[in-house]
Amino acid sequence: MNGMDILMAVIGSVLVMLFGIFFGLVFKGIDRVLSARMQARIGPRVRQPFWDVGKLFSKENIIPENAVKWMFSSAPVLGLASSAVMLLYLPLGPLAPVLQGHGDIILMLYLLVIPSLAMVTGGFASGSPYAAVGAQREMVMMMSYEFPLAAVVVSIAWKLNVFGIANPFSITSIASNPIWMNSGILGIIGSAILLVVLIIVTPAELSKIPFDAPEAETEIVGGLLAEYSGRNLGIFYLADAVKTIVMGALLVAIFFPWGIAGIVGLAAGSVGAIAADIAFFLLKLFLVLFVSVTVIRTSFARLKIDQIVYTYWAPLTIAALFGLVLIIWDLNLLGIEWYPQVLGGW
Amino acid sequence: MKLVKSLDKSLWVFHVNSGSCNGCDIEIVAALTPRYDVERFGIKLVGSPRHADVLLVTGPVTKPMRERIKRIYDQTPDPKVVMCVGTCGSTGGVFYDSYTLDGPIDDVIPVTIYVIGCPPRPEAIIDGVVKAWAKLEELRGETKKKEGKK
Repeated sequence: MNGMDILMAVIGSVLVMLFGIFFGLVFKGIDRVLSARMQARIGPRVRQPFWDVGKLFSKENIIPENAVKWMFSSAPVLGLASSAVMLLYLPLGPLAPVLQGHGDIILMLYLLVIPSLAMVTGGFASGSPYAAVGAQREMVMMMSYEFPLAAVVVSIAWKLNVFGIANPFSITSIASNPIWMNSGILGIIGSAILLVVLIIVTPAELSKIPFDAPEAETEIVGGLLAEYSGRNLGIFYLADAVKTIVMGALLVAIFFPWGIAGIVGLAAGSVGAIAADIAFFLLKLFLVLFVSVTVIRTSFARLKIDQIVYTYWAPLTIAALFGLVLIIWDLNLLGIEWYPQVLGGW
Repeated sequence: MKLVKSLDKSLWVFHVNSGSCNGCDIEIVAALTPRYDVERFGIKLVGSPRHADVLLVTGPVTKPMRERIKRIYDQTPDPKVVMCVGTCGSTGGVFYDSYTLDGPIDDVIPVTIYVIGCPPRPEAIIDGVVKAWAKLEELRGETKKKEGKK
């Protein structure tokens, strides 16, 4: 990298982080309004999360006496920073990732762990028994949802590898070769199963109901965040907002990477086309997050931690592996004469 | 202590029961239900006093609760508002002068808003929140005046 590239990367990172924070908070607002409407309530304004953040940043920042102070105060910053770093590796609609060519989806799998790990560190460092219980639960949950997530990633990379695409783990090649392409009926079903698995993994990544046992307000008074107040709590709030966008952008990049500009008939590369694609990307993002966060959060009650582990290790892992098997079968069957015509009848 | 305008629009509430009969607590829960839906005003029930802006204290403060109430008050970050819900907490109510009590609440911690009733209706609790806004508005005005004089 020469000096110009580094400068561009720095400016890009700041812009992407602002993008993540802004739309993360907007989504939080939309999520709260829609969730309220589903419960026959009116709900807050869409800009409610902005007020929440403004208020949290103006409040007193208490550091408990028996906390490990440097760890307690650095955990929120680490959480926000690592969430924002993930956005740098993800394509945001028509905009290529800021750090294109530097990281792949395996790196994403590791980076996704860091915000949760920051919360665990913060929880243990806060010296409260409630936070310690929450941190333990978060660690157990991290172990449980990793396996189905890895199974999804492996299936996608395996398929790209079979078709001889270079760098099958790179997010750009995953986004430019959607998993639905080149598949027969079994492959479509397999990909749909993987989509459902990833949609159910998302609320656990974000600690949303029904997988919010680490932050359960009603039983362990906020769990991991029990001792956080003021600015530190506000930074965790922002980190959560950014991570929501990260998970949504990951889902969109893997399963729905298409743009709209070509369909509407705008010339590729023109300002109008880019604007339309960004708008379409946000629409896809909010739709995906609406299903995986809002609908699931409103329709289910909190699961116990052992139920969460069971959900991820048994049904979801089996489902993800079954999806992988379907995709493998599909590619083997594609050579047979009658098989590709099954979908042709539709 | 800084009083920003966002505070009015996102009051996070922590509910403390200092020996109440659960009547007021049920009415507080009723204020959160779809019928009254206080989330419209950005009000949210939180699980930890560290996250709270408003302490919603019910009950006449029994002797063992005195120290706990004080500690919860100290654990809440500034700026904070204390709302006393129910007649018991405001005056002692039917338990007035009882040997088991250390209350009412304003003997233990400073109270900003009193909501009277046994139990108060959810409308009264929401009205109490409106009074809290007025109070915050007043305080903000005073801080501005002070800064202006400087």
